[in-house]
Amino acid sequence: MWKWLHPYAKAERAYQLCNTLLPYFAVVSVLSIVVGWIWGLAYAPADYQQKDSYRIIFIHVPSAILSMGAYSSMAIAAIVALVWQLRNAELAVIAIAPVGAAMTAIALITGAAWGKPMWGAWWVWDARLTSELILLFLYLGVLSLYHAFEDKKAGGRAACILAIVGVVNLPIIHFSVEWWNTLHQGATITKFDTSAIDPSMLWPLLINILGFAALVGAMSLVRLKNEIMQADKHRPWVRQLVSRG
Amino acid sequence: MQVSNSYWTLFCNVYRKDVTLAFRQRAEIVNPLLFFLIVITLFPLAIGPEPALLARMAPGIIWVAALLSTMLGLDKIFRDDYMDGSLEQLIASPYPLSLAVLAKVAAHWTTAGLPMVVMAPVFALLMNLEPQALGATVLTLLIGTPLLSFIGAIGAGLTVGLQKGGILMSLLVLPLYIPVLIFATSAIDTSIMSLAYSGQLAILGAMLAVAFVAAPIAISSALRVSVS
Amino acid sequence: MQIEGPNGAGKTSLLRIISGFARPDEGNVLFNNQNIAEDYDNFAQSLLFIGHRTGVNLQLTAYENVQHWLGVHGYGCTEDEIYSLLGKLGLVGLEDVPARTLSAGQQRRVALVRLWLNQAKLWILDEPFTALDKRGVAMLQGRFQEHLDSGGSILLTTHQDLTNSFSSLQTLVLEYRH
Repeated sequence: MWKWLHPYAKAERAYQLCNTLLPYFAVVSVLSIVVGWIWGLAYAPADYQQKDSYRIIFIHVPSAILSMGAYSSMAIAAIVALVWQLRNAELAVIAIAPVGAAMTAIALITGAAWGKPMWGAWWVWDARLTSELILLFLYLGVLSLYHAFEDKKAGGRAACILAIVGVVNLPIIHFSVEWWNTLHQGATITKFDTSAIDPSMLWPLLINILGFAALVGAMSLVRLKNEIMQADKHRPWVRQLVSRG
Repeated sequence: MQVSNSYWTLFCNVYRKDVTLAFRQRAEIVNPLLFFLIVITLFPLAIGPEPALLARMAPGIIWVAALLSTMLGLDKIFRDDYMDGSLEQLIASPYPLSLAVLAKVAAHWTTAGLPMVVMAPVFALLMNLEPQALGATVLTLLIGTPLLSFIGAIGAGLTVGLQKGGILMSLLVLPLYIPVLIFATSAIDTSIMSLAYSGQLAILGAMLAVAFVAAPIAISSALRVSVS
Repeated sequence: MQIEGPNGAGKTSLLRIISGFARPDEGNVLFNNQNIAEDYDNFAQSLLFIGHRTGVNLQLTAYENVQHWLGVHGYGCTEDEIYSLLGKLGLVGLEDVPARTLSAGQQRRVALVRLWLNQAKLWILDEPFTALDKRGVAMLQGRFQEHLDSGGSILLTTHQDLTNSFSSLQTLVLEYRH
């Protein structure tokens, strides 16, 4: 692990790696989101119950999945940062956090928009929506903690600790909210169950998930590049890069 | 002068210092309790004094008030030690920092959590809570408030080096309090219906056990970051 | 060893890195050929650190402060020993009043009592003479000599020149670099 990671501990190498990876992520994300949305929004059959309003699923579900995916990648980066004391992994945590928060916000907004025609209310204290809202709080906590520190190095490490504390708590929070929900409400939301989804809808959904994943990756890479440059702004290699560009 | 090599001495010293300080400034113990009482008073004024309605909402109100009033003392748990340099001395001691942290959390619970546990029956009566739920209220507070101290101390450790850490700390900590709130209120709700609530208590206990082991490690690494 | 340099040269930062509070950007701190980050508690056994913030709690009395510090660092001491030391440092009659009522120099003395009550090999002191009067400075330097004679080392920053001549004194001058 260490041998493999070691070269990327250097900021310059990590920056170059970002540059190499970025085009792939960008191309995959643009292609699959374009294909997925056209397929999903225009060609996939309408739901027999929800008619066309179900089509928001092609944004809602990918963003919800990625909001959690981004949190786990952030936590993994945080563990790497604290255990191997890699500054670049700290920067990755900071790079991923706003992207994940944006995904969470998209999932919440589309969830609310979906809830209006389905449940007749913008906001229903459904277990998944509530968990998603709490996830947003956790993201915002990591971000505001980082930005509250004047010493960005200490801020980065503090954010890493909080990200790890959050990821330990996330399953507990999720479980407790789920349990709370079944306790207080009847099963009004079985319509949301996507397990019995028709293949004609499933495929565009999967393509969209792939596209969103690549999008999160691409945006995080761009942000990571910026963070690395900012952290090293007085180093010769950054000065060279800037004067060249 | 001899070297007494004992973890217990360290624990007692740190614990005694914090408890002594809290008792010297009694307001630190009394004010959160008064806050607890006032928050509880606000609810009947806001939603109406109807006994049935109050009894229905009592578990939630008592627990939300408990959450908020533990938050009051959290900011102080490391702040003074950070300001006067005692925190550096704790780090530079040959004993594990997590042990000192454990003592400080214990002291916070003694001065903030325990008084609430003791006063809980009075507040429960104010809220017209069913008598059979009194036991559950006290028990959930007894298991739940140490948990609040542990989780809260993580937030306090992360923000102690910041100028205005107080509000930020509540933003970090309150989402993590949600499971405690859910299981504690549900235990009281269940007891109102005269059903067994040992399941919820067991989950709270399990969470406390995990926090007891994991939280001091998280808190001490947070403190090391704050001091650096 | 004495560390000199203008304000902002990084004297305090250097001491904090050597004491293990702050992490160096690059490199490691070795003590007896051991990286201090790897087994910090072991290193801490040999370390006595007194910084700008001395760790004296202003609500507690001088006696309680000393007592607490001893407990935290695992040193045992009788009541009489503490009182006689506090007396020696000119704090007679002030042992049992809250430290906030003491003057800056007296508060500093409460912190410096630790120098007489430890078995650490390495003392790291950040501006130990701040707020001390001449007698206090002289007494402190006398204690330094004793510590050096018993085989200990001292790392300190100061703006004042040391009045005693220490045979083993080394000076490290940090300069401000842009």
